[in-house]
Amino acid sequence: MRTRAWIALLAAAAFSLPAGAWAQAGQVVVLTSFPRELFETYKAAFERANPGWSMVVVSKPTTAGITQIRERAGRPDVDVFWASAVDAFVYLKENNLLERYTPPAELRRGIPDRVAGFPINDPDGYFVGFAVSGYGIMWNTVYMERRKLPEPREWEDLLQPVYFGHIIMSTPARSGTTHLTVETILQGYGWDRGWPLLVQMAGNMGALTERSFGVPEAVIAGQYGIGIVIDFFGLSAIASGQPVRFVYPRVTSLVPANVGIVRGAPNPEGARRFVNFLLSEEGQKLLFRPEIGRLPVRASLYAQAPKGFPNPFRMSPGVRFDARLSAARYQLVTRMFDQVITFRHAELRRAWEAIYAAERAVEEARRQGRDVSGAERLLRQARASARLVPVSEATAMEIAQQVDRDPTYRAAKEREWEALAREAYGRALQLANQAAQVARGR
Amino acid sequence: MDPQAAAVSPRPAVAGRLRWRYEPGHLVLYAGLLAVVGVLVVLPIVSVLRGALVDASGFTLAHVARFFYTPLYLESLRNSLYAGLGATALASLLALPPAFLLGRYQFRGQALLVTWLTVPLVIPPFVGAIGLNQTLGRAGVLTLFLEDRLGVQFVAAEGLRGVILAHALHYFPFVLLTVANALANLDPSLEEAAKVAGARGLRLLWRVTLPLVAPAYAAGAILVFVRATDDLGTPLILNVKNMLGPQAYFRITTIAREDPDGYAIAIVMLALALAAVLAATRLGQRREVATLQTGGRAPGQPLRGWGPWLLLAFSALVGFLGLLPHLGVVVLSVSRVWSLTYLPTGYTLDHYQEILFRAPQFVVNTLLYSATAAVVAVAVAVGIAYLQHRGRVPAPGLLDFAATAPIAVPGVVMGIGFLRVFDRWTLPWVGVPLTALWLVFPMLYVARRLPYAVRAASAAMAQVHPTLEEAAAVCGARRWRSFRRVVLPLVLGGAVAAGVLVFVTAAVEFSATVLLISRIEQSPLSYGIYLYAQSPRGRGAAAALGTVAVVLVAAGTYLANRVGGRRSALAW
Repeated sequence: MRTRAWIALLAAAAFSLPAGAWAQAGQVVVLTSFPRELFETYKAAFERANPGWSMVVVSKPTTAGITQIRERAGRPDVDVFWASAVDAFVYLKENNLLERYTPPAELRRGIPDRVAGFPINDPDGYFVGFAVSGYGIMWNTVYMERRKLPEPREWEDLLQPVYFGHIIMSTPARSGTTHLTVETILQGYGWDRGWPLLVQMAGNMGALTERSFGVPEAVIAGQYGIGIVIDFFGLSAIASGQPVRFVYPRVTSLVPANVGIVRGAPNPEGARRFVNFLLSEEGQKLLFRPEIGRLPVRASLYAQAPKGFPNPFRMSPGVRFDARLSAARYQLVTRMFDQVITFRHAELRRAWEAIYAAERAVEEARRQGRDVSGAERLLRQARASARLVPVSEATAMEIAQQVDRDPTYRAAKEREWEALAREAYGRALQLANQAAQVARGR
Repeated sequence: MDPQAAAVSPRPAVAGRLRWRYEPGHLVLYAGLLAVVGVLVVLPIVSVLRGALVDASGFTLAHVARFFYTPLYLESLRNSLYAGLGATALASLLALPPAFLLGRYQFRGQALLVTWLTVPLVIPPFVGAIGLNQTLGRAGVLTLFLEDRLGVQFVAAEGLRGVILAHALHYFPFVLLTVANALANLDPSLEEAAKVAGARGLRLLWRVTLPLVAPAYAAGAILVFVRATDDLGTPLILNVKNMLGPQAYFRITTIAREDPDGYAIAIVMLALALAAVLAATRLGQRREVATLQTGGRAPGQPLRGWGPWLLLAFSALVGFLGLLPHLGVVVLSVSRVWSLTYLPTGYTLDHYQEILFRAPQFVVNTLLYSATAAVVAVAVAVGIAYLQHRGRVPAPGLLDFAATAPIAVPGVVMGIGFLRVFDRWTLPWVGVPLTALWLVFPMLYVARRLPYAVRAASAAMAQVHPTLEEAAAVCGARRWRSFRRVVLPLVLGGAVAAGVLVFVTAAVEFSATVLLISRIEQSPLSYGIYLYAQSPRGRGAAAALGTVAVVLVAAGTYLANRVGGRRSALAW
């Protein structure tokens, strides 16, 4: 008898202590990529507004979240997926991993259908937008002063040699918001201009962080001067008194951050309550909090916004984001980015460093009145090689599906891109060094 | 180091007569322990091996071969080896001069210097990396100082260099203690003989002294190498991606749990660690032969001439460097705004309020998991040690071997194994995989830290002479009673020390924890640090949690030393 009592006690302890009970009434398990400041605030407010309900948070990068939901299809261990990346929701929806849910009409009132031409909610009702996000550039003012750097305005500005080694971003394969930024650039400039822009910009990067949160953190600490971030990182850092600024470039997109219920959620009632809470006036107002700094979808609330807060319903961003396109080539873009940029970053940096050195040498030679046409030709070739477009847009669309579905094919492609990138950046380095030699008259 | 601990006690005399008869009670205990160790240690390792070597068509070497065809993985392997060798070299450079000073000379304040130089051991490398970022990183105090005053732009704690620095600064005391100990215990007659034969100065050092301490040094150095090679937390904090640990972690968490490449990387890490630990064991055996001839200790010399003073100055510099991570973390934990200035421009206690009151679960969970792990690990270890020394069971060494195996298993590999095994173990009455429950963390920590506990318990058990139990038996005590009243009280000190060590090392475990974490409510301190380290509003709260970790480890190490004597500090 005593042993059994012990076992019961132990079992009770195992479930009640930190974990909370599993599929009991009064609970909702939320898988989110959002920073702690955001989900902690919502957890407290949700539990206050819904007495007897508790919210359990699973914090993962968006991409790891997708992996988790996919691997647990049919027996999910979370109820709600809550993240910025709209294409992640499209991906989940198209793979039949989300539950349809339409919030009550009184909650939907006051939320426009579209922001900057982009639908706020999934037309088929599989997920809803609760906040709007744009993508842009944040910088540390102390850092810029110290290094005498000009303030950037547009993505192209970041290609200037002065910024070499001062920029930081995350990787699209690990961060959903970074993937949205990359897609925004690819869609805004077009594939053929977008890739060279990204590759060259990465050549100027000092580092690529593992999670998107690492970017604002590094900029705030002054480790790097300029970060490529989703707007609320910039806005919340400004609000908490850090010496930073933020700007939306012309080529940006306004895209809703979303919430969706996972198919077969163990706590459907809790999941619905959570979604409703996010859309309620109380839930929406929390977004203005300085530690959160996100843009609500409830348009009427902007009258109460803090000073200097952007209103997305008055902005006209340059890019109309195509979430289906983005979702269709998600694996392709992230894997390719990893192989030609993230993991080849050292070679890419070296190539651009050499190109900048060669440019200075050519400039010097021109000042001295020497003939620089040979050096310039080499330099042009070097730059072209260090602005690699790994595959054409047509090929990309052709192979995107197989890359997504077939791991063996994907692995083969990954190795192919890696080799391509090594070769291209190696050649760029060589050409740039040659150009410098020619310019210096050997 | 402790001759008594190393002495192996003879088997009970009665065993001679009853050699082929097994004791039923022992057999039950044996089976139970075998099951525990089998599930916690053997299954996860086997599962990783299966993941890498078996696919739908049976045994295959294709995945492992792919590792060696993929330049990215080869580069990661190179970087990992480079980090390991670099950390070993730097740790040696920092450790050897002070070791020579402490092993050879006697001066006032020696104990203080030893304590000061061992302080770096209390800061886990991935926490240290956060502190280094603030002192030697891109925006670090010393980096800025160098640039402003000397016009030198040099970032010491960045990328692979940062990984090397973090490990070297954490582990150099380990090398220092082993070498200083070996030097102090060196048989003076050997050096005297060399002097008589005409060897002096550097020649004496090179030809006689160094070869004698080399085995001790190598054993310490190999540990530094292994830890730096297969680490995950430090590279992640420092944004280093092309190393084995991070690559395996990315494959498993973002691509797929069943991604064969992840297992191939894991198996390479396993092979590396295994090779290094085997090398260390062999060298350790050689060392015992060398020190068995000890005829006495040479008296420490006084500090005379400029040589020892130079060593002292260098040791002070090393002590200063060793404190940089701590300083960075502690100051960061009370800073509000610290951006490109020598010191923060705003201070706050808010981060402590955050981790102690608003989100106390990190600290609470850590205490719960580590304490559970410590109790279980010690209980299992005492059982194993008892069977090893007294057990009348078939192959008592098997248990000991299996329980010590995790010492050669990198945390990432153990984490992957746990994920693969226990995700499929669904608890019948709730239908929840074991990986979703907090119990999986204590289980993991038991598996990873069992070797320490078994070593300590075995050493304690070896000191209990069987005649004591025989005496108890003569007085009429049954086996269980004599175990409880005689053996247990005698091994208790060692067991408690072992438990404390399991506790502190479990409290700062990161590599495997990060793979198994699913919900924030369950996460321990180490994952909390990682989470806060990426907070968009700065790393203050991470530093506050890091400070708590440092305090926990320091208090634990002190306690273990008090209870278990100096040996336990070296078990770290």
